[in-house]
Amino acid sequence: MKIAVCVKQVPDSWAEKKMAGGVLDRAGVDAVLNDLDEYAIEAALALVEANSPTGATGEGSGHSITLISMGPERASESIRKGLSMGADDAILITDPALGGSDSLATSLVLAQVLSAGGYDLIFCGTESTDARMSVIPAMLAERLQISQLTFAGAVSVDTTSATAKISRVTDSGIEEMSAAFPAVISVIEKINEPRYPSFKGIMAAKKKIIESKSLSDIGLSTSDVGSDAALSSVEDAQARPPRSAGIKLVDEGNAGTALAEFLAEKRVI
Amino acid sequence: MSKVFILAEVTNGHIAKSTGELATFAKRIGSVTAIVLNGKDAALEAELANYSIDEVRFLSGVDFNSYSAAASASAISALITAEGPTALLISSTAQGKEIAARVSVRTKSGIITDAIDLDSNLIATQSVFGGSTTVHSKVNSPCAVVTLRPNSIEVVSVASTFTVLESSVTEAELGANSTRDRVLSVAAAVSGGRPELTEAKIIVSGGRGTNGDFGAVEAIADALGAAVGASRAATDAGWYPHSHQVGQTGKTVSPSVYMACGISGAIQHRAGMQTSKLIVAINKDPDAPIFDIADFGVVGDLFNVLPQATAAILAKKA
Ligand SMILES: Cc1cc2nc3c(=O)[nH]c(=O)nc-3n(C[C@H](O)[C@H](O)[C@H](O)COP(=O)(O)OP(=O)(O)OC[C@H]3O[C@@H](n4cnc5c(N)ncnc54)[C@H](O)[C@@H]3O)c2cc1C
Ligand SMILES: Nc1ncnc2c1ncn2[C@@H]1O[C@H](COP(=O)(O)O)[C@@H](O)[C@H]1O
Repeated sequence: MKIAVCVKQVPDSWAEKKMAGGVLDRAGVDAVLNDLDEYAIEAALALVEANSPTGATGEGSGHSITLISMGPERASESIRKGLSMGADDAILITDPALGGSDSLATSLVLAQVLSAGGYDLIFCGTESTDARMSVIPAMLAERLQISQLTFAGAVSVDTTSATAKISRVTDSGIEEMSAAFPAVISVIEKINEPRYPSFKGIMAAKKKIIESKSLSDIGLSTSDVGSDAALSSVEDAQARPPRSAGIKLVDEGNAGTALAEFLAEKRVI
Repeated sequence: MSKVFILAEVTNGHIAKSTGELATFAKRIGSVTAIVLNGKDAALEAELANYSIDEVRFLSGVDFNSYSAAASASAISALITAEGPTALLISSTAQGKEIAARVSVRTKSGIITDAIDLDSNLIATQSVFGGSTTVHSKVNSPCAVVTLRPNSIEVVSVASTFTVLESSVTEAELGANSTRDRVLSVAAAVSGGRPELTEAKIIVSGGRGTNGDFGAVEAIADALGAAVGASRAATDAGWYPHSHQVGQTGKTVSPSVYMACGISGAIQHRAGMQTSKLIVAINKDPDAPIFDIADFGVVGDLFNVLPQATAAILAKKA
């Protein structure tokens, strides 16, 4: 199987985030690999390991896992983490013109690279922790005109018939879905426990290749992307005053009653 | 007058309240067309008559639930191309956002997700970074695709009379690419008869501190007519279904009152509840981060505090 995993570098979830000129100010905060994408990498690794004669991905296994990311140069630090988990190589699409791209442009760029690569399966996280749109996987399936198997809580493949099966976890229950390769699969965080990179994995990752591509390298023009091409724009952004803590009392036997009184005072009951 | 499409949400055979919310937003902008997937249905039609709707379009011919979002997106996109609405409004659910995403690509329309408000000029309000920042944005394309968070607006109930249209679509019209992914079977989630998380005015959530015993949490929830939520620690342990998880990878909720019981208040949990109007926290640990955002915090054992509060609430209501 030829597998791609879409990964994004995002500001650390714990960092205080600010807006600058209508976009997230990324310069001032620590950046990490979107943690939901780690589940996607783990799912790809586990799938390959279960179906590989060598028990691993890469050389001689007939399988490969490529990380694909669109982002600034420094995203390579986060990509390196995915490589140290065990992915084989990576492609980073980076170009000054990409700044301010909306989800339509991001999906266009990723789809361009993915279609050139001819992957059987494309793994994604369900959401990037900064944008929180949860739209890229569906957009990729739409653009590439391939199957969409999203919100997977379990994934299996039949390599002989080249089909993938997932258990899709939705609000209304669990749906069993199947589709022929190629397909976009997004995984929920319940699917697995991402591995920690081993020392060996970290050392090996240093030698793995992250291929940098510009917009012209992938056949797109600067007018296709960026803030000028964006079909949605931010008018203004205001910081809200942080929530301040209110009453805090230590239970000395009657806090439950006090809570009920508080709710009555607020006309909740 | 401009025309606005809303996608009716049907849950357990009924029109969800969120559909009324979409109609209320849409009415600010223009005349409202509600799209209902899966065929004409008199009962649904009667339920829709409670909301500000000018036209109802039933799409029949195929079972949209047996495909991925691709089939719904294909049918809706065709309607958009034919009728040129100024906006398509959909509820911000996982499925709703997928349909929105695909319609946006198909019709080359800008997309805004998780809006909490939308004005008559189609300026959307979003609350981002865990509620710390309020953003106003707009779409620069003929049709705006906007998903709105449930529970963001008071529904305006009216007795409306509307035109009903039904159009039948075939698998061939939707296209092979839209009908390829098949749902083989569905195991329905059990609903405990309590309000839906995203629609509830009050939510009581339990975390690792319940130690697997949600009895006290459910009892106070029932006394308050509240929905029950859970932290990831509680859903991971199998104590409560994943569909009840609140947070980054669960639901984003914004009720009038949110009660966190035995929940520490990790950033991923807060991401899903921080914009609640009133936050109550009960936790044994006085240093638990949840207290930083609580309007009313009790440092104590939930197994003592909750039953006492439940009894006091029931006494007050009696
Ligand atoms: C990618 C990712 C996504 C995530 N998504 C989510 C998400 O969507 N939602 C979510 O909730 N979390 C999410 N998390 C997990 C999150 O980081 C926390 O681990 C989780 O929220 C902790 O749950 P908890 O507060 O119930 O447990 P803990 O952090 O263990 O807290 C339990 C609390 O209960 C208190 N306690 C114990 N006994 C009692 C008692 N008898 N009475 C009163 N208090 C008591 C303790 O003092 C403690 O503060 C995510 C994490 C990751 C990495
Ligand atoms: N810039 C990006 N580069 C690579 N993958 C991305 C990028 N943005 C989003 N993704 C993928 O799409 C998923 C959903 O992201 P989003 O739709 O932004 O919430 C993420 O978990 C990633 O797998």
